[in-house]
Amino acid sequence: MHTLTIAEQIKGLRNKDYSSRELTRHYLDRIARLDANYNSFVTVTEAIALNQAEAADARLAAGNAPALCGIPLAHKDIFCTAGVRTSCGSKMLDNFIAPYDATVVANYRRDGAVMLGKVNMDEFAMGSSNETSYYGPVKNPWDTRCVPGGSSGGSAAAVAAHLAPGATATDTGGSIRQPASLCGLTGLKPTYGRVSRWGMIAFASSLDQAGTLTRTAEDSAIMLNVMASYDAKDSTCVDAAIPDYTATLDRRLDGLKIGVPKEYFGEGLHPEVAAHVQAAIAEYQKLGASVREISLPHTHLAVPAYYVIAPAECSANLSRFDGVRYGYRCEDPKDLDDLYRRSRGEAFGDEVKRRILVGAYALSAGYYDAYYRKAQQVRRLIKQDFVEAFTEVDVIMGPTATAPAFEFGAKGNDPVAMYLEDIYTIATNLAGLPGLSIPCGLVDNKPVGLQLIGNYFAEAELLNAAHQFQLATDHHQLAAPGIE
Amino acid sequence: MEWETVIGLEVHVQLATNSKIFSGASTAYGAAPNTQACAIDLALPGTLPSPNEQAFRYAIMFGLAIDAEIGKRSVFERKNYFYPDLPKGYQTTQLESPIVGRGHVEILLADGSSKSIRIHHAHLEEDAGKSLHEDFHGMSGIDLNRAGTPLIEIVSEPDMRNSAEAVAFARKLHSIVTSLGICDGEMSQGSMRFDVNVSVRPKGSEEFGTRTETKNLNSFKFMEEAIALEVERQIELIEDGGKVIQETRLYNGDTRTARSMRSKEEANDYRYFPCPDLLPVVFEDDYIDSIRQQLPELPDARQQRFMDSYKLSAYDADILSADADTARFFEATVAACQDAKLAANWVMGEVSAHLNNDEKSIRDCPVSAEHLAGLINRIKDNTISNKIAKQVFESMWQGECDADTIIEAKGLKQMSDSGELEKIVADVIAANPAMVEDWLAADESKRKKKMGGFMGPIMKATKGQANPGLANQILSKKLNALL
Amino acid sequence: MDRSEIAKLAQLARIEISSSTVDEVAKSIGDVLALVDQLQAADTEGVAPMAHPLDAVQTLRADVVSESDQRELFQSIAPAAEQGLYLVPKVIE
Repeated sequence: MHTLTIAEQIKGLRNKDYSSRELTRHYLDRIARLDANYNSFVTVTEAIALNQAEAADARLAAGNAPALCGIPLAHKDIFCTAGVRTSCGSKMLDNFIAPYDATVVANYRRDGAVMLGKVNMDEFAMGSSNETSYYGPVKNPWDTRCVPGGSSGGSAAAVAAHLAPGATATDTGGSIRQPASLCGLTGLKPTYGRVSRWGMIAFASSLDQAGTLTRTAEDSAIMLNVMASYDAKDSTCVDAAIPDYTATLDRRLDGLKIGVPKEYFGEGLHPEVAAHVQAAIAEYQKLGASVREISLPHTHLAVPAYYVIAPAECSANLSRFDGVRYGYRCEDPKDLDDLYRRSRGEAFGDEVKRRILVGAYALSAGYYDAYYRKAQQVRRLIKQDFVEAFTEVDVIMGPTATAPAFEFGAKGNDPVAMYLEDIYTIATNLAGLPGLSIPCGLVDNKPVGLQLIGNYFAEAELLNAAHQFQLATDHHQLAAPGIE
Repeated sequence: MEWETVIGLEVHVQLATNSKIFSGASTAYGAAPNTQACAIDLALPGTLPSPNEQAFRYAIMFGLAIDAEIGKRSVFERKNYFYPDLPKGYQTTQLESPIVGRGHVEILLADGSSKSIRIHHAHLEEDAGKSLHEDFHGMSGIDLNRAGTPLIEIVSEPDMRNSAEAVAFARKLHSIVTSLGICDGEMSQGSMRFDVNVSVRPKGSEEFGTRTETKNLNSFKFMEEAIALEVERQIELIEDGGKVIQETRLYNGDTRTARSMRSKEEANDYRYFPCPDLLPVVFEDDYIDSIRQQLPELPDARQQRFMDSYKLSAYDADILSADADTARFFEATVAACQDAKLAANWVMGEVSAHLNNDEKSIRDCPVSAEHLAGLINRIKDNTISNKIAKQVFESMWQGECDADTIIEAKGLKQMSDSGELEKIVADVIAANPAMVEDWLAADESKRKKKMGGFMGPIMKATKGQANPGLANQILSKKLNALL
Repeated sequence: MDRSEIAKLAQLARIEISSSTVDEVAKSIGDVLALVDQLQAADTEGVAPMAHPLDAVQTLRADVVSESDQRELFQSIAPAAEQGLYLVPKVIE
């Protein structure tokens, strides 16, 4: 059952090949037996899952159940889940039982999807390797000596190891697409504002966006249909029509205009990754698309701008973790300052502290204009690059990551090297555009991804383009060799 | 040397919305601790702000009332600092693009002239919670019910030159916001709080001295005292060769002392930046115009109307129009008794004195406008004298129903029966031969005054119920008959 | 970044940094700042800062009380609460 896609499982449940309870039990057993190898789950919600599965079976039996009813999913531990620990990968929230559901979680709950548990992540979504989690690193199912990418590494590893057919995830600078690339999955980050951020623990509010990690583009479309909603509780959520993302997957790609930014093939890109990406683009030409080189001239400024804006926002967003109302509190604080300093000093990991300090610096008196304001101006330039490009092309394609998965510790002591992991993905977050990564080959027996960047709210077009590629190729069907 | 005081005010006004500025929790005063602090107010992880339209309407109403530019595109920023009453670790406020721009407020000075105080801007922000300093095993308790209550912070230019002007300005703001109905004006509940910036400079100097900020004054009286104290301190300090340092100070109204809040001074760097959870708030002209058209009457216009329609003096009209509730009370009284002068005297006199004495606001006045009018009507138709009326009012204040019932029950009705009164006057004349002799012997010009001497015994004999005019008339007739 | 600058930032952010790690923290923050300093070369003359990816404007909520008392639930996860209050070391104003 675990080799099936979500689309296939939806059919299987309706054909009564198996019940949701059987499907759920199967995944729970696999998690119990195999996850020690990957460390992808932080919390397994077995009792909840089985209850939800039984309720789903009843709805399925009654007919008219929503598509995802009875399908087991894993939620990134950044989404609040009522009554269930929501740790955000941090010691700070190790004891935090969320009193409410994130809108994303509520949407899946409403449609009868089954929650298998909460999956591991870089602490507060800050990281590109899943090495910053309080619950230990997640291992890449393709090679357990290597990282799965981050910050949605738990989501990616769980799906790649067939411990869940799909998982929710979030992407602030590449945290869905880069793990998708490193784990051989389809990862979708929708347009900023497409999915509600209510109940999703904030890292950088103007960049964070929830999305999906699945094996196929079709499964992404099925998941996005439920995840996307207008939510008045999130002021930045956009009230725009939400199409049925599965309805347009079959459109032919004749006449599709692909732009390939020359800046995405410069120094630092692994030559074999470049070759696979070029081959994938050539495949698109066979499918009827035209390809032209474009320029996104401010690409080199995306990482520097991001590492001002994201830390600045996070430095304020994480101030609420003060040991007063919830979360970690140090032992025997001697005064108020001590309570703050030690609670935060003891419970935040090094990377989180680093970003908070950088953010505080960039916003502090005398530096605001040189850093924060400058970064906001550069952000506009980066957006304008894309807006101009999309007057000429329909979709932009290039690599997702510079290289396949690296080994643990390879970039451990060099934050800047780690930050450059997201060099191709960060600009889309700054611009708020949708991005998607699909597998396009193996390098050193490890997967690499092709990134598709679409215009605002063009998720349907991106998913269609990805689905057509997956109909014509089998990169997405390769499973990690070691898994059962 | 002669010194000049320079004062600027920052005024926090709690807006009278039902729910908070960024959440659907109630803003009602006095609830049990933390029962009105919802997930957003507590800054639970993953929560996001949802702004309340009414807070903007109220802020715009204020802006229109002070003739200010309205920020058609206003932006929220985060002001970052750690404090236990500030759950997010930042206050959501406005800095670069506030909702209300430059405006002005007119105040009436003691000499009858008026002065314009410039408003630099007014912005919307959220209130903080409260730290309770009672001892919980050496800890402080935090109540976040107030956290997220909408505030406008009104920032004046340093246009005031003494504490009287500052108080007049503060009172005028109170009058404006209560007239608009955007604030309940309850100072004792913290609905309006004042931060006072004070500096001194040699008279004639153009340059400002170094200023201090005395924070969180919640009454006009404390404000006046705190300014006086601070001015005195600064002048003494400078005259002794010292220097005023820029600092935040705290005034204690109980001990009438102030001290420096050194804890607030340490390297405050608020790191303001636009709040990424909120988008620019944009208002079209139509929206602002519709608010303008619905503005209630403002104190200045009301004062003029009181002068015109009720023939009140500028002074009386100012007092009666300053507070919307007082104005309403006054007008309801006039409507029911048709005598503006008497109504004004009673509202400014007995009613105001009793309210002050009991520390009550006019909204909680135990005597309704209708009942007061009923009392005034009995004065007008000579049923009771002014003196008895005060006695009746006292009973009404104690909760004893309307004037007529009290007059009836206590037999306070004025003696206007001339037959009965004639007999009493005759008895008094008969009982006081010396006074009669004295009156008869007096010059014509002094007789009128000496006649007054008989009124005491007459009133005594009638337990004060004699209609003074009638008694006087009978007395005069009878005495003149003896000439 | 020297030790005193790190100490100042640590106080602004209320994060205890042990003296044995200050130099390491200073170095890594210095590295990040060197990365972001590339921004200084960008020509941003006349470019308006961009705080949000979309040019959207705020929608406003009607003034309705929608939340009820959930104190018990919220304080069940509090490190220290008594008589409905959150407790913290003495606040000195």
